[in-house]
Amino acid sequence: MTVLNLARLQFGITLTYHFWFVVLTLGLSILLALMETQYIRTGSKSYQVMVKFWGRLFLVNYAVGVVTGLVNEFQFGMNWSEYSRFAGGIFGIPVAFEALTAFFVESVAIGIWVYSWDKISRRAHLAVIWLVAISSNYSAFWILAANSFMQHPVGQIVIRGHAALADLAALAMNPYLYFQYVHTTLAGLVVAGYFVMAVSAYYLLSQAHRETFRRSFKIGLVCALIATNLAVVSGHFYNQYLAYAQPMKLAASEALWETAAPAPFVIFAVINQDDSRNIYQLALPAGLSVLAFNRLDAPVKGMNALQGEYVKLYGPGYYIPAVTTLFWSFRVMVGIGLWLVFLTAINFWYWWKNQLEAHPALLKATIWSLPLPYVAITMGWAMTEMGRQPWLVYGLLLTEKGISPIVPAANVWVSLILYAAVYTCIALAALFIAHKIILGGPGEEPR
Amino acid sequence: MEQKTICLVLVGFLFTGYLVLAGFDYGVGMLLPFIGRSDAERQAIIQTMAPVWEGNQVWLIVAGAVLFAGFPDAYATLLSGLYLPLLLILAALVIRGVAFEFRNKDKIRIWRNFWDWTLFTGSIIPALLWGVAIGCLLTGLPIDGEKQYTGTLKDLFSAYTIITGVLFMLLFLLHGATYLASKLDRRMTGRIKPVGMKLCRVTLGVALLFSLFTYNMAGSGAKIITGVSLLLAVAAIYSVDQKLDDRHPIIKFIFSGLAIAATAAAVFAALFPRIVVSSLNPEWSLDVNNSASNPLALQSLTFAMIIVLPVVLAFEGWKYYIFRARIIIPAAGLASRRLLWEELRARLMELTGCSCKLVATLKKATHSLANQEMEPKVAPRLHAFSPVPALKTSMLRGRKLVTVKPKTKE
Repeated sequence: MTVLNLARLQFGITLTYHFWFVVLTLGLSILLALMETQYIRTGSKSYQVMVKFWGRLFLVNYAVGVVTGLVNEFQFGMNWSEYSRFAGGIFGIPVAFEALTAFFVESVAIGIWVYSWDKISRRAHLAVIWLVAISSNYSAFWILAANSFMQHPVGQIVIRGHAALADLAALAMNPYLYFQYVHTTLAGLVVAGYFVMAVSAYYLLSQAHRETFRRSFKIGLVCALIATNLAVVSGHFYNQYLAYAQPMKLAASEALWETAAPAPFVIFAVINQDDSRNIYQLALPAGLSVLAFNRLDAPVKGMNALQGEYVKLYGPGYYIPAVTTLFWSFRVMVGIGLWLVFLTAINFWYWWKNQLEAHPALLKATIWSLPLPYVAITMGWAMTEMGRQPWLVYGLLLTEKGISPIVPAANVWVSLILYAAVYTCIALAALFIAHKIILGGPGEEPR
Repeated sequence: MEQKTICLVLVGFLFTGYLVLAGFDYGVGMLLPFIGRSDAERQAIIQTMAPVWEGNQVWLIVAGAVLFAGFPDAYATLLSGLYLPLLLILAALVIRGVAFEFRNKDKIRIWRNFWDWTLFTGSIIPALLWGVAIGCLLTGLPIDGEKQYTGTLKDLFSAYTIITGVLFMLLFLLHGATYLASKLDRRMTGRIKPVGMKLCRVTLGVALLFSLFTYNMAGSGAKIITGVSLLLAVAAIYSVDQKLDDRHPIIKFIFSGLAIAATAAAVFAALFPRIVVSSLNPEWSLDVNNSASNPLALQSLTFAMIIVLPVVLAFEGWKYYIFRARIIIPAAGLASRRLLWEELRARLMELTGCSCKLVATLKKATHSLANQEMEPKVAPRLHAFSPVPALKTSMLRGRKLVTVKPKTKE
């Protein structure tokens, strides 16, 4: 493998891994804050037991998220030094703002929150968890602002081969950022909702700690009900925005090679990227036109036409991303999203009729659906980042120009293997511990 | 002062803050297997760090991010050049971070020992390598006219960088020792004192050697500040030694922190206005002028830092105030002894349960054998199923049959 592919693989693996943990932090911190608010309002001890139980799981998850974040930040300099030189002056700004204004506070607050139950007043303790929740979701804003700059660069001025900051406000007002931010934080709530629901469902099935987990299930369910629906809706608008901002990504994720009016929505396709066509496809006529532009006859640009445009704009090159990957990752994500909407609705229906515990099959389905939101976010990021290829910064810098010229493939291999080994061990240990905490149930923490 | 200079000084401040705060973190990690003799003691030592390590590590993330945004060329050259040492540091920081949270989640001895040594390894690697990396900034790296690192791993190690590495490791150990002396049960602090005394002497020697080299390498304009910082560092280490008999552990802790800050400040002052020295050609060194971002970026960063840093410092101060109490070991010891007893009791219950089941099965088998003729193979097979084959039924004869339910999650 070339250094380029190794570095890309490494970034993909480490970032996805990091996000699996972070995404739960985003949503669960909000749920924890709500639970503790409930505890302060009602003064009921059982809410405190609940917060402590979920807090234990949260902390294990959070620790892995924190330490793996460091690796991602340093990777920009280690593997992507030319990218850092090119865009550090503008891409680094939101990264630095995130670290300074959000992460600083968050990491101090989390330490206080976990260990100060009997050391500070209850109100101060509540304020600290709200601080964690707000700062973690606020930190996502700046990190996504950095990512949005790569997707849709704004606010920059390119001088002597370096992208410099020209307009800070534009960077923070990037339209791409808002679609991405809303969709991502909602994904965090979906994951957190399902996490809470699945663990609670396990306890409802085993009929232990009923009261605690009925309450927990309710909180998870309400969260999931709101978040799954809104995530689907926001995803739809995000996709419509892609039709303007990144038509190539949209066309590739829909396997649309030729411009068409009306454009069909392809449900299933066998794609041959070498010949720039689909060998076989099953399509819904005019579906894509409606989805992308809300009109039956709207033309949607195909990849071949866009390739021609880009060659004129950016010079010779191949500007079509990996179509098969994009096409299927998008479908898996959407499929899971719709399944979760359906499953949440059913859960809600039976919960409303107070018959949840009479339907163990439903509870089991909820437990087994826990990996699905994780798969969906992985697919979503795969589509977002691989759909950006061959660009590192859309229209400004090609991915192949961003890697470190002085780092040999051997070094990248070594780091890839080392990270893979360490990350695997940590994931196994974290799963083992989470399993132990869940089976241990609420109550006093074992030392 | 110019915008660039202010920003660079703030980056230096952030990195120094990281070294001071994470310094005792690493020191405690390195001391852990030697100071903590029992499991309870080790858990108590970890307990002193558990609420604060995340807040300490974040300083590195912030310093890195501000360097990235403010001085992208320095960031790119340094990180791609120091690839393998940084990789080791990062891997070490990853495993030590989770070790804090994972260690006490299981009672198995191997599990706990594993995370103890993970903490040790994860602390000693960054302690040594950060020093080497800082030393490299001053002795110079082979950086060419294109701002690219052209050397190999060997170029990072020289007498000076090794001295710097060892010095930082010793300073971190000392800082960790003073931290533990202020945080632990008084019964354990007695054990730390002799270690701290020896550490002080050695550190003082290495620091003097280091000062000699550093003062010589300082840029002509920065001799005074470098000299003053070095003197301060040596004086601080010396006062830790003197104060070891004192009854004010916090003051010792402040002095050991000051020693780290002054040492780092001396190197940064000796460097200024350079960020990384090029050993190939002084003209090719990366400095505050040729690697900074544009004024708007620097302005935004500086503005953000000036607003945020006081707030964060106050917040951190509050955190240390909340957790100011010493960790008392008897409580930890009792808790762990209670756990041990609980574990033993659970085993015993399990064993009794098994034997009761065995008795019941045997009884049933005898009954059925008496009532109807069965194949003779049944009885030995039942024996083979039992987890306690050695137990004789006669031992349990006369005892009331108790059915022990497996532990429910009530």
